[in-house]
Amino acid sequence: MKNAPFLRSYTLFYLLFLYGPILLLPIFAFNDSRVVAFPLQGFTTQWFAEMAADQNLRNAAKNSLIIALSVASISTILGIFAARASVRYRFPGKGPILGMVMLPLVLPEMIVAMALLVVLLSIGIPLSLFTVILGQVLICTPFAVAILTSAFQSLDRSLEEAALDLGETPLSTFRLIVLPLVMPGIMASFLICFTISFDEFIIANFLGSGQPILSVYIFGQFRFPAKVPSMLALGTVLVLFSIILLGFAEYMRRRGIAKAGGKDSGGFL
Amino acid sequence: MAQIPSAEARAGLKLISPTAIYVILLLAVPLATVLIYSVLTGSRGSVLLPITGENYAELWSRPVYGYIMLKSLLVALTVTFITVMLAYPVAYFVSFHVKPERKSLWLFLITIPFWTSYIIRVSLWFVILGYDGVVDSTLMSLGFMDTQLNIASYSILSIIIVLAHAYAPFAVLPIFVSLEKVDRSLLEAGQDLGESRWSTFLRVTLPLSMPGVIAAALIVFIPTVGDYVTPELVGDGKEPMIANLIETQLLKLANFAQGSAFAVASMLMVGIVSVVFVLLNRRFIGGQK
Repeated sequence: MKNAPFLRSYTLFYLLFLYGPILLLPIFAFNDSRVVAFPLQGFTTQWFAEMAADQNLRNAAKNSLIIALSVASISTILGIFAARASVRYRFPGKGPILGMVMLPLVLPEMIVAMALLVVLLSIGIPLSLFTVILGQVLICTPFAVAILTSAFQSLDRSLEEAALDLGETPLSTFRLIVLPLVMPGIMASFLICFTISFDEFIIANFLGSGQPILSVYIFGQFRFPAKVPSMLALGTVLVLFSIILLGFAEYMRRRGIAKAGGKDSGGFL
Repeated sequence: MAQIPSAEARAGLKLISPTAIYVILLLAVPLATVLIYSVLTGSRGSVLLPITGENYAELWSRPVYGYIMLKSLLVALTVTFITVMLAYPVAYFVSFHVKPERKSLWLFLITIPFWTSYIIRVSLWFVILGYDGVVDSTLMSLGFMDTQLNIASYSILSIIIVLAHAYAPFAVLPIFVSLEKVDRSLLEAGQDLGESRWSTFLRVTLPLSMPGVIAAALIVFIPTVGDYVTPELVGDGKEPMIANLIETQLLKLANFAQGSAFAVASMLMVGIVSVVFVLLNRRFIGGQK
């Protein structure tokens, strides 16, 4: 590898730019002043206490957790069906169907949300946490399909054939051979869908009809300057939380590649 | 394991049917509904026959719609340009100057900020750009200036900065993937034939990585043009973009027909720009022969 001092320092600056706002989070979360500005005023854990005591916040967090767990489960299951079918079989209409599944990746989210909202309102389905789940699954499924497709692709077909030759049924082959081998992919898909859903705002806001959901709650609180420091404390907690989750997802992904005997080509998606 | 095609087709269709039914019911049908609503007559909270082109005529005749669409388009294109230009050297560095076993660690580092609460990241830009913020207090204490810049008060500029930051990782990944595919022996060949490193880059590496650049541009452009949160939070709602206008039409005014027409028009705009990107790419690849 050649040394490239200029490129290297540029990349480090770029990382600083990317991380800038996140590095400020803990600084102001522990800063002893309601006004979020320099110079710093001293150390306090008051904002974390305020955050922990906020009953509405706890409600919103609970709802977000319910939504994110449901969305991650449903998207991953739908993703398994689509990825397995697309890797394993050729069938008519494959292109259009997969195109439709992946469409939300190239459609502004607002359009997906509004189209769904118009239909729900027209047929009179009341908005609730359930409708938020319905909408977010649309957004998360493409990510699940992308991750799971590469998991199924790195699977060695001859292992399955061997199991079938040895007298296993297709179903037990899937359970005993395929499922354990793609398990890391399934875990990675679940964790990434969970993270996307937990952070998602547009669908939570427009299909949730004012239900307390974490992202919507945070959005609302930023309109009150006095609430900002405790939101930054919450932000610090959330950042730690997602770094742990993503580190775990990345670990699972790598283990999956190693298990299937492939080479790491890097990257999440 | 020879299978006759029809059995394979049946098995495949059966397997994909749950996912297919889900997206048809919850995505295809709603999109079709919006398309149909856009040519019906709107009344508050519902739509009526007859079929009409009125909604589109309204879009055409009121300059504010055109203004917001054009503004969103320009903001998104600017953000796309900045993001891709800033990301290219980073992708190049990781692909060409980082040891293979360290590459995924670098990519991981680049993607982490993207996975943290978008709304909180957006709001933190106030602290950086706003009155007494990081930028102002640093520049003032270094003696570069004696009044506050308060960049946050320039809505469109701050929207551009925040969006360019938010979508940065999206641009790095596709460019990186296309750079990884560049055959390293071509570069050696170019240099053996007497090209300088810079001209080898311009004539070999850059054209070969163009598909990644176009993909990056699309991946950044589409969500930015439809962004809702940033204009609402950073711009304080004073500089609405497409998504904010769709919200106003559909929810605040409950004008389903007019809102649908606007949604269809914006989808068309996004579609046209995307097709232009893809055609540019094709032309670029064709031009190499």
